[in-house]
Amino acid sequence: MKKILSVKTIVAIGIGAALFFVLGRFVAIPSPVPNTNISIQYGLLAFIAAVFGPIAGALAGLIGHFFIDFSYGWGVWWSWVIASAVFGCIMGFVTLKLKIDEGEFDVKGIILFNIGQIVAHLLAWVVVAPVLDILMYQEPANKVFLQGITGAIINIITTAIVGTLVCLAYSKAIPKKGSLSEEN
Amino acid sequence: MNNLFNYIERKSPIHELTGATKLVCLFLWSFAAMTTYDTRLLVVLAVLGIALFPVGRIRLKDVSFMLWFTLVFLVLNTVLVYVFSPHHGTEIYGTCTYLFGLSGHFAPTAEQFFFQLNYILKYFATIPFVLLFVCTTNPSEFAASLNKIGVSYSVSYSVALALRYIPDIQKQYHEISQASQARGVELSKKASLISRLKSASAILVPLILSSMSRIEIISNAMELRCFGKNKKRTWYMAQKFKVLDYVSMIVCALLLVASLVLTHINGSRFFNPFK
Repeated sequence: MKKILSVKTIVAIGIGAALFFVLGRFVAIPSPVPNTNISIQYGLLAFIAAVFGPIAGALAGLIGHFFIDFSYGWGVWWSWVIASAVFGCIMGFVTLKLKIDEGEFDVKGIILFNIGQIVAHLLAWVVVAPVLDILMYQEPANKVFLQGITGAIINIITTAIVGTLVCLAYSKAIPKKGSLSEEN
Repeated sequence: MNNLFNYIERKSPIHELTGATKLVCLFLWSFAAMTTYDTRLLVVLAVLGIALFPVGRIRLKDVSFMLWFTLVFLVLNTVLVYVFSPHHGTEIYGTCTYLFGLSGHFAPTAEQFFFQLNYILKYFATIPFVLLFVCTTNPSEFAASLNKIGVSYSVSYSVALALRYIPDIQKQYHEISQASQARGVELSKKASLISRLKSASAILVPLILSSMSRIEIISNAMELRCFGKNKKRTWYMAQKFKVLDYVSMIVCALLLVASLVLTHINGSRFFNPFK
């Protein structure tokens, strides 16, 4: 019987969640809008999902986001925690064909990765998070959708820059499959 | 690490509950508070949540910082709701009672005030309980409790790994960031937004590459020890259920039932005094 979770995926979820937490909690890049910081953790989550697949993406997002809310102590916002998991999961499915861990990440890969992350962010923040907010907290629709769209735009930009750069660096850092050739 | 999560070690009945109980109670409680918008139940939840603080020996000054944070958030959200939808209450309760003889788009209505009162109450119904949970639950017990409530042990182990490596990764991030800043990577407001993001990636790349090799090392070590071979696993931090554990879980379950029953009686999630 093949197990759904390999040991490597389990470890990747743990370390991914820890990275997500550290980036989300302690890395604050001041943005032009007062009192809002740019969160770069979604670039990382996209990378984890692209390398380790949808389950790792979803669980790393879920655990990491839960711990961020938990450590701030302002209450756990399940709607947004779930949206993070949804983002990781969709991102994992979209990038199933990419082989970043074999050192392949060309222009085609970059395009697929970015289209994927835009779709995943839109679904997570403009569909899942606001709808859950409305279902759970009955907040006015236009308020939550505006919040969601703002979040989605910021996250798309940060993922496009940070995520792509990280994937490029990682794919360059590991040897390509078949890069060794026999000498005559 | 415990400082990171605001865990406060004291002797109290709430600290002695097992982590699994507190986790189940947190789920039941947040679910109960999420479903209902009934003012009466929300008041009960809020009062009960605050009343539990002296039981857990948590003082106001322990949580004052988090409380301030939450209050600012609450005020901001309340104002936003009013600005975006001054007639949300009217839509929900089906009547429109203008106050102070004013009318127009932003005129205050009794329904809107009542809705916003409920909105604020909803915060007060959940947040004290979450704060209490955060202050009284040892994070190391988390993984064991997750496994106890039925989450598979491999996923629980991921949680344990995350908790174990957060301090390490935090330290590493700090080191890399200082090294890059010494080389002139600008992260402050002086640089433009795009270049700030780029410099953030400059820190991220070494961090992620070293984390990837960390993943490799840990998973090899786990594999060598045959992780995942057996169906069960024991936990160092696991505790046995006591009477108080069952009592608190039953109380929280009853609160959820009350919330569902009230929703059924009211015919909607709202308690409507305007009919």
